Amino acid sequence: MSLKQTPSQTVGPYFAYGLTAQQYHYPQTQVATGAMANDETLGERIRILGQVFDGQGQRINDAMIELWQANAAGRFNHPVDARESRPLDPAFKGFGRVGTGTTPDNSFRFDTIKPGVAQDGQAPFISVILFMRGLPNHAYTRLYFSDEASLNAEDPVLNKVEAARRDTLIATRHETSTGVEYRFDIHMQGPHETVFFNF
Amino acid sequence: MSTLTKRDWASHAAYISPEYKSTVLRGVSRNLVDIDPELSELTGPAYGAEVLGPLDHDLTKNGQVNGEPQGERIVVSGRVLDENGNPVANTLVEVWQANAAGRYVHKADQHDAPLDPNFLGSGRCLTDANGCYRFYTIKPGAYPWGNHPNAWRPNHIHFSLFGASIASRLVTQMYFPGDPLLALDPIYLSVPQGARERMIADFSIDVTEEGFALGYIFDIVLRGVNATPMED
Repeated sequence: MSLKQTPSQTVGPYFAYGLTAQQYHYPQTQVATGAMANDETLGERIRILGQVFDGQGQRINDAMIELWQANAAGRFNHPVDARESRPLDPAFKGFGRVGTGTTPDNSFRFDTIKPGVAQDGQAPFISVILFMRGLPNHAYTRLYFSDEASLNAEDPVLNKVEAARRDTLIATRHETSTGVEYRFDIHMQGPHETVFFNF
Repeated sequence: MSTLTKRDWASHAAYISPEYKSTVLRGVSRNLVDIDPELSELTGPAYGAEVLGPLDHDLTKNGQVNGEPQGERIVVSGRVLDENGNPVANTLVEVWQANAAGRYVHKADQHDAPLDPNFLGSGRCLTDANGCYRFYTIKPGAYPWGNHPNAWRPNHIHFSLFGASIASRLVTQMYFPGDPLLALDPIYLSVPQGARERMIADFSIDVTEEGFALGYIFDIVLRGVNATPMED
């Protein structure tokens, strides 16, 4: 290695018209929203809802959450995943981006599909990237699914996490009159501090 | 085999940097859990020309309603490279910033400085095959913030980049050479000395366009991702 990484800086409080403009009703467009699946996308439709809390349990109204996930067959829409046995879905990119500043309760919402198992031995999961004012470096976590208890129990990454903290990574499934919803709250600090990863 | 360089924590701020006050309740407080990168970390979203409008790279034009935006026109260019010096080609660069008066378009910005009806303050572009990008804008103004008494942010432009995978994701800020506020800014100073200087652009008379705009060079280095496609 000859070059050094450019340092990270906070996304700040005013990212919305740059990164999530349509969601916040600015005239600019945004490259990704919370609507990750369309009518053609294969897989089980799910909704992911959550809030982000600070070290005093206060809701954070200026966080930005990004999701990256495999499609229903467990394939990532990226050239490095060239596995023909898991077909690409032309109607699914797998990336979403939402800020917490447009709902009364500062919740974020993604409409997506439940990913398939990406690699044998893993549980299905979604990668989560978190940005906010007061967070100098974006934080990586993962969202696992409460209805996959047996796969979760064998998942090598979940098993790297001390048992008492694993629940912070598991979204809770609810069957509602408007579809399947997973609840995934993120706690920056405190007794329920979400597990964040380094890789 | 796939290789992914680690986040170089010596080049980044601590999650909790008390001089930057909002980190105290928002920064990750427990140790990160180390995991080995898998396909999920070696892949990420790719955006191309399909997300670019004709004026997205020119913030002096993309918000015009009835005239030119106020302020000093500048051109910012540079290369996006990985740690091995390889260009990061065709990657999306998103930028946003305050206007010349130090006011953000964001509705939550209450700073008593004028909005500019002809300046939206955000744009995006792609790097080319050599990792080069270029956009036109107005030099952003400094603005006050509530971190401590008489606190002012240095002039800066926010950058967001993807690179080859979610591992190379980077959000940073570009600063301007010679800004006296840098020595007083807890956000800039939260990055270790020796690394923070990489966020300061260089003035360049070669990039400067005669009679039109001052030029700055801001090269960006992302984490190195060298992944061989996984096949069945």
